[in-house]
Amino acid sequence: MSATAAQPTVFELQNISVDFGGAAGPVLRDLNLHVPAGQFITIVGPSGCGKSTLLRLLAGLQQPSAGHIARQNSDGSAPGFVFQQPALLPWRTMLQNLRLPCELGRSQMRQNPAEDQLLDLLGQVGLNRSDVDKRPAELSGGMQMRLSLARALVRQPQVLLLDEPFAAVDDLLRMKLQELVRELHDRRGLTTILVTHNLQEAAFLSDRVLVLQPAPAGFTADISIHTADRDQNWRVSDQVTVIQQKLTKALISS
Amino acid sequence: MTQRSSSTDADIGRVMNIAAPLVVLLLLATIWHLAVEWCQISPVLLPGPLAVLQAAWKIRESLLAATVRTAVAALGGLLVSCLAGTLTAFLFSQSRLIRRALYPYAVLLQTVPVIAIAPIIIVTLGRGFLSVSVVACILSLFPIITSTTTGLLQTDAALEDLFRLSGATRWQTLLRLRVPGALPYVISGVRIASGSAIVGAIVGEFFVGSSESGLGALIQRKSASLVLSELYATVITATLLGTVVFSLISLGSEFVLRRWFGMSLSGRP
Repeated sequence: MSATAAQPTVFELQNISVDFGGAAGPVLRDLNLHVPAGQFITIVGPSGCGKSTLLRLLAGLQQPSAGHIARQNSDGSAPGFVFQQPALLPWRTMLQNLRLPCELGRSQMRQNPAEDQLLDLLGQVGLNRSDVDKRPAELSGGMQMRLSLARALVRQPQVLLLDEPFAAVDDLLRMKLQELVRELHDRRGLTTILVTHNLQEAAFLSDRVLVLQPAPAGFTADISIHTADRDQNWRVSDQVTVIQQKLTKALISS
Repeated sequence: MTQRSSSTDADIGRVMNIAAPLVVLLLLATIWHLAVEWCQISPVLLPGPLAVLQAAWKIRESLLAATVRTAVAALGGLLVSCLAGTLTAFLFSQSRLIRRALYPYAVLLQTVPVIAIAPIIIVTLGRGFLSVSVVACILSLFPIITSTTTGLLQTDAALEDLFRLSGATRWQTLLRLRVPGALPYVISGVRIASGSAIVGAIVGEFFVGSSESGLGALIQRKSASLVLSELYATVITATLLGTVVFSLISLGSEFVLRRWFGMSLSGRP
């Protein structure tokens, strides 16, 4: 933690609670979280523990019932968000879908990125220039997810939020997309927060994994992971297996 | 290779779409013909298919004129109900309160029996083309209101989040997300409404009576004159008109969805 202490803070959550008024009580209760810039943080936890709610809270899509949340993006940009499904507009082509976030908002907020810039971004997520005029229905599931990832980055955010984006894709593609996300994180100096069920994914990708248990327990483990390379060797390394076991224990112990 | 065989499959599918119902039609006509022949049913009770065809040829001019008249009245009514229906749905989609207050009255459009409202409208608006169109409009309004409202309200939650995150204004969300997303629903509403509009026009003409020259009036005259083969020919023409209008609107909507949206009515590319 001392290494990251010098980094500016991106999110600071203090005693955050979210209550939808359900019989089961609040979804999140008295949660504290410090997110320094540049970290790749993964949040794992059982279904219904409030992972997605936490992510929506960070995105500003959900307001806390109690507590204080500080967001410090130096340029005030909205975070990029990748959903469980690609969430593309079926009537728009690949390029038009990519451009969509730039067209929205009040006129002073809108951007007009050059087509070259957009094509370059498509290249970065592994999409082909020849497909830019295709509509989502003509794209494979993997291509749709890549496009969704590119769209999250089109406004050059400093923060990337991922809500189980690889849950619906097959194993091989999931591995490729994981590597792509980490590569984009490193290359663009992003602060990334990923929500997932997949412990192997968490251990492979993250600088830090948080285990979230249903309220009132909250975060029950906070594991930092240090490695130079996150390549195929790292994926199958003993360390990743050990971290995965640690996470499994943290998940089932409470 | 696979592409070619899949396009051949599609061609076969298209041919079958037309051929299969035609075979059924021929089969039914044959059974009808044989039943009339073998059981020696009097043509006063049930004319055979050939007699009906002959009758249709005999009154072809009045049939054609009546069909055009009914089609124009029905499509005029449908056009107005498309405009009024989408505007109403637009209003419904804006607030739950408006929806709660007005939806029961939209349901009334569907539940009030057409044979009850048609005479009322004719009394109010007179025995003419306008009344016929209004009945067609009222009958076709409900499916357009309901499917368009459903379409405008049924947007993907993730897409709504995306628009919110991007700071979209209410207007942008409406025009770039809700309206285009609702188009397939609007189109399927119009398809259903097209059939209702034809029925509405014919019922309207039926009540307007002999001063009208549409299919409904013709049906009324033929049933009064007891020339059963001509009555059958008129009824079959009316059915055909509904089928043709429905098919044309389906084809047109399929084309629109494919052309601009890259999807079809079944939601598949």
